[in-house]
Amino acid sequence: MTDVVLRTEGLTKHYGGVHALEDANFEIRRGEHVAIMGDNGAGKSTFVRQITAVEQRTKGKVWFDGKYVEFHDPLEAREAGIETVFQTLALADHLNVPDNLFLGREIIKFNLGPFSILDYKAMREATIAGLQKTGVKIPNINNTIQNMSGGQRQCVAIARTATFKSKLIIMDEPTAALGVQETAQVENIIRTLKEQGEPVILISHNMRQVMDLMDRIVVFRRGRIVADLRKEETDGQDVVAYITGAKTQEQFAGAA
Amino acid sequence: MTDTTHGIGGLTFDPKKRSMPPEIGVAIALVLITLAFEALGWMLMNDSFLFNTRDTVDGIFNVARLKIIILQVSIIGIIAIGVTQVIITGGIDLSSGSVVGATAMIAMSFAQAGEIYGNPNDRAVFFEQGLVDLPLIMPIIVGLACGLFAGLINGLLIAYTKIPPFIATLGMMVAARGVAKWWTKGQPVSFPTDSYAALGAGMTPVFIFAGIAILFGLALRYTVYGKHTYAIGSSEDAARMSGIKVARHKVLVYALAGLLAGVAALVLSSKNLTAQAGMGTMYELDAIAMAVIGGVSLSGGRGSITGTVLGAMIFGVIISGFTFLKLDAYYQEMVKGAIIVGAVVLDQWRQRRTSMRAAK
Ligand SMILES: Nc1ncnc2c1ncn2[C@@H]1O[C@H](COP(=O)(O)OP(=O)(O)OP(=O)(O)O)[C@@H](O)[C@H]1O
Ligand SMILES: [Mg+2]
Repeated sequence: MTDVVLRTEGLTKHYGGVHALEDANFEIRRGEHVAIMGDNGAGKSTFVRQITAVEQRTKGKVWFDGKYVEFHDPLEAREAGIETVFQTLALADHLNVPDNLFLGREIIKFNLGPFSILDYKAMREATIAGLQKTGVKIPNINNTIQNMSGGQRQCVAIARTATFKSKLIIMDEPTAALGVQETAQVENIIRTLKEQGEPVILISHNMRQVMDLMDRIVVFRRGRIVADLRKEETDGQDVVAYITGAKTQEQFAGAA
Repeated sequence: MTDTTHGIGGLTFDPKKRSMPPEIGVAIALVLITLAFEALGWMLMNDSFLFNTRDTVDGIFNVARLKIIILQVSIIGIIAIGVTQVIITGGIDLSSGSVVGATAMIAMSFAQAGEIYGNPNDRAVFFEQGLVDLPLIMPIIVGLACGLFAGLINGLLIAYTKIPPFIATLGMMVAARGVAKWWTKGQPVSFPTDSYAALGAGMTPVFIFAGIAILFGLALRYTVYGKHTYAIGSSEDAARMSGIKVARHKVLVYALAGLLAGVAALVLSSKNLTAQAGMGTMYELDAIAMAVIGGVSLSGGRGSITGTVLGAMIFGVIISGFTFLKLDAYYQEMVKGAIIVGAVVLDQWRQRRTSMRAAK
């Protein structure tokens, strides 16, 4: 039981009449890499937003790192050790790359409360080191995010997650806009995290990627979890059958 | 992979061809407008706008005019520094003019002299209570506290009830003007102590304006406070998801804007040696205009104190220029209006251009 990093019980989110997430029971253990798959609108991102307290859940319980938690805002989730690459990336368009990488967690020279002096040099250097791992090409990191390509933005968001110490990393379609080379680099980052024993939740539509990198696949369909599959016991065709609704696992039969 | 100091991955980047910061554009506009008045001066008045043409005074420049140009925008400039930060977060503050009025009335009541020309000043607000000839620190504390209080209420309303800044500060605008009128039932408050009168005397307002501009210019550029201010204006959701305490930060920004309105009230009432209930009317609009002319984007996330100071200078030059050309104040207001609209159009256009580039 102490092995469990994150556990949810009956996690539910309704947007008015839209039942985006219904009764999700989910668990991830130390060092485990779990994929979440499912069609568009299946509730994957909604699930992430409830765990990270970007939104307040309608119902359900969440345990993190052995404790029952009720995060009030994303800062609390982040401070507890959950690092997230959101599907929307959560970048500030008018700020440059280092500013975005360290947003909310700036490196400072002197502590003067809210008026603490920023250490621009240290942040630049750490930014370049962090970005190098993603293999991204950016001509000038002092350029604002609004002038970056979709893939460059995505790499900034990924580097942000990989730069800070954490207990759980969540990535919501991190390679959706990336080129072949950058995707390979990001997959390498995920492999490194595996070697370091860091748990990862990866949301992806890319079957090859999921089969290559993950230990377990959880399938969402219309707001519900319909399958929880060990990689060794399944294959691409099987997973697709669960995604499309051709199959539902016995223990989730009531759900579908 | 060859990594430059600017980027990574070996893409070409020529640091010499950096794009021009928007402040340069505002500075160029300032120079052009000044030159236009110089030219009009020779054409219409046969006199120089900028240069000294009198034999009775020394120096190349018309120093008296240059001083007035800065002095007459200093007090509203102080307000504009606060308003700039509010606008950068994506908000607006319509209350500053009224807050100046209320604060001036209240602070001045604690700054009144006990005697006028040897006679007791029995019309002083707190004469009966003996609160006259108080040390300078008293009205200063009261004035700053009033401004801060009004700003805090603005900030708390906006951050925690989520009503739009336009509405919250409009409410404060009306309420604070009410306070200004209620305080003495419309009577002006006059005859300050000598020490209070010194706050706004001579060129002191300019120095206060400059000091505040430098302080907040540095804060916006080099501190966490500044970074979060821009981040919130750029994308409030991203700021929140990145772990910035958005609500708390907004309260701070509006409170500081209120505080600066308080400073402006102290300087203004001191300069005029009196406080009146109607003081500061429309100052909020001039302050917003200075920021907008200075390149601060009304949609948030962009702008700087340098820009606003330049915007204030443009304001000063236009007012002085019209006075110099002996044109009526009506024209002044019409032109001011046109310039404000022009600045916003320019901002929209600039924004469309960058978003088009981003979409490519
Ligand atoms: N704020 C909201 N208000 C109303 N409905 C919402 C809101 N956010 C999401 N939804 C709905 O909830 C459902 C689940 O959305 P979600 O973003 O979780 O899908 P997803 O599984 O991440 O899909 P994708 O693969 O396209 O990213 C969708 O039907 C969506 O329209
Ligand atoms: Mg999604």
